[in-house]
Amino acid sequence: MAESLSSAEPPPPGPDDHVRGDSGPLVIEYGDYECPYCARTDVMLAELPVRRVFRHFPVPSKHPRAQALARAAEAAGSQGRFWEMHDSLFADQGHLDDPHLWRRAEELGLDLERFERDRRSDATLERVRRDFRSGVRAGVMTTPTLFVDGRAYAGIPAPELIERLRAGG
Amino acid sequence: MIEPGTPAPDFKLRDQDGNEVTLADLKGKTTVLVFYPLDFSPVCTDQLNVYQEVLGELEERGVQMYGISVDSVYAHKAFREKLGVTIPLLADFEPKGAVARSFGVYDEEHGMAKRALVLIGPDGVVRWSHVSPSPLEIPGVNLIFDALEAAPA
Repeated sequence: MAESLSSAEPPPPGPDDHVRGDSGPLVIEYGDYECPYCARTDVMLAELPVRRVFRHFPVPSKHPRAQALARAAEAAGSQGRFWEMHDSLFADQGHLDDPHLWRRAEELGLDLERFERDRRSDATLERVRRDFRSGVRAGVMTTPTLFVDGRAYAGIPAPELIERLRAGG
Repeated sequence: MIEPGTPAPDFKLRDQDGNEVTLADLKGKTTVLVFYPLDFSPVCTDQLNVYQEVLGELEERGVQMYGISVDSVYAHKAFREKLGVTIPLLADFEPKGAVARSFGVYDEEHGMAKRALVLIGPDGVVRWSHVSPSPLEIPGVNLIFDALEAAPA
């Protein structure tokens, strides 16, 4: 049987987490590339002096492409271009089918054959599942959910949270 | 709110396809009843979608899950299709909210169920229950797994 889904704090950033920014308050985000609120949140966070961790929380019954997109970002990550694919997906959520992913991969200069292999690999699937499960255990029920100082904030971040993060937490 | 150790009140409701489901049908397996306010309200959508993602793991543990709201059989059918979930939905429609009331999770003021989870053992006795302080607070799946581990069937 798989590891339990009982309650647990979101794990601190680990060596294979995707981290952006090297100073400022830590923001751990659980998100999904097909979620418009996540795209909006991404723009808001990008302007803030924070250290961000992005973790996958795909919910395919709601967003059918979410799982494939999370894997595509991971596959780009295995060629060192995770954040570039992340930005590309959030910048245009109207083109998320496989041919669009190939085009994006080409634009990022990825080895396309490797990208195809990696995004279908068990290791990639397991990587995405691990993020999802840590989110479930932390009580995530919607995307985006941000964790700041151990507290969960569901949905697009409120102005008060943005101001607090802008002021350094 | 119904307390652990209490036998679950008997009920007879129809699911989204019009099939009758009674308390007796649930016996023999551990059951999670998910009371939620209304079909088609945006917060419920996420709740059942995320529960759907762990349904396989609940089933592996021999646990079945049902959603319950005051909506009709036909609304449930449409809602389930819209969400793309396979969790059966029970219509607590006539008399409206009677089952939610018997479990102590009816919101009289708004005429709908509160957001609540009830874990019923294979013997029909309530093992655990949880009601959200507000309809906007969605109980995480983790709470169900906590309860299953604390009160194994």
